[in-house]
Amino acid sequence: MAINIQMAIRKNILFVRLKGELDQAVTEKLKIRISELIDKYDIKYLVFNLAALNFMDSSGVGFIIGRYTQLKKRNGKIIVCSMNPLIERIFNLSGLKKICSVTTTELEAEKMVEVA
Amino acid sequence: MYNEIKTSFLAKIENVTLARTIGVAFLVNLDLPLNFVNEVKTVISEAVTNAIVHGCLSAENKFVQMNLSYDDVNVYIEIIDDGIGIEDVEKAKEPLFSTKLEEERAGLGFTIMEVFTDKLDVKSSVNKGTKVLMVKKYSEQAKLSQL
Repeated sequence: MAINIQMAIRKNILFVRLKGELDQAVTEKLKIRISELIDKYDIKYLVFNLAALNFMDSSGVGFIIGRYTQLKKRNGKIIVCSMNPLIERIFNLSGLKKICSVTTTELEAEKMVEVA
Repeated sequence: MYNEIKTSFLAKIENVTLARTIGVAFLVNLDLPLNFVNEVKTVISEAVTNAIVHGCLSAENKFVQMNLSYDDVNVYIEIIDDGIGIEDVEKAKEPLFSTKLEEERAGLGFTIMEVFTDKLDVKSSVNKGTKVLMVKKYSEQAKLSQL
C-alpha cells in the first residue's frame, strides 16, 4: 500500500498519523478500521496528523466527511494538524476547513480538546 | 518536442496509484514546478478513480486507458473507459453531485479536474463508456520556475 498508518488512543481522542498517499485504494479499508475504533473505545475526537501525507484526492475528502458525520452524532469533532500546502489546498477547495478544526501540532490539537 | 504514451490497465482500484506514478514519471523531462506536477497527479487520480469506480463499477476484468502527451505548450491527459457511461454529464460535473453519496464520496472529482486544469472535456454515452480529456498549459509555468 502507498500509505503507512499509525494510531494511538488517549482518553476519548483517537490520533491518526497518515504517511504517504490517501486515495480510494486506502480509504475503503481505513474507514472500516477507524469506524470500529470509534465505536469500541467511545471516541469523541479524531486528530489527523497529516505532516507526512504528501497526496490526497477527493476520495480522502469523502472519507473525512464520513468520519465527521460519525463523530457529529457523538457531539465530537475532527481536528487536523500539520498539513502541507497541497493538502491544505484540497481542504480549502472542498470546504473541509469549515467542518474541521486546524492546528499546527498534535499537542495543540489535544489542548483544544481539553478546553472544549 | 512532442511526446506521447498510451497505457492500458485493469480497472482495479490499486491501479490509481500506478496511474499517478506513470503521470509523474512521464513529465519528469519537462522539469516542471512541484505544484504543477501535484495538480496533474491529482487530476489523474480523480479521473482514473471515476473510470474505475463509476465507469467500470470496479469490475476488475475491464480495462482503463490513460494516454498522456505534451507539446511545447500543453500537457494532455486522456482517460478512457468502456463502462456504463454518464447519463447527464452536466449534472455529473456539478460540485457535490455523486451517484454514490452513500459510499462517502465527496462528489468533487470533476470540480477538482476543472480547477486544476485549463480545459476539461467529457464525452460519454450510456453503456458505451466515457472519455475525459484534460489540457493543462505548462509553458509559462516552466519559464517562471527557471527565473
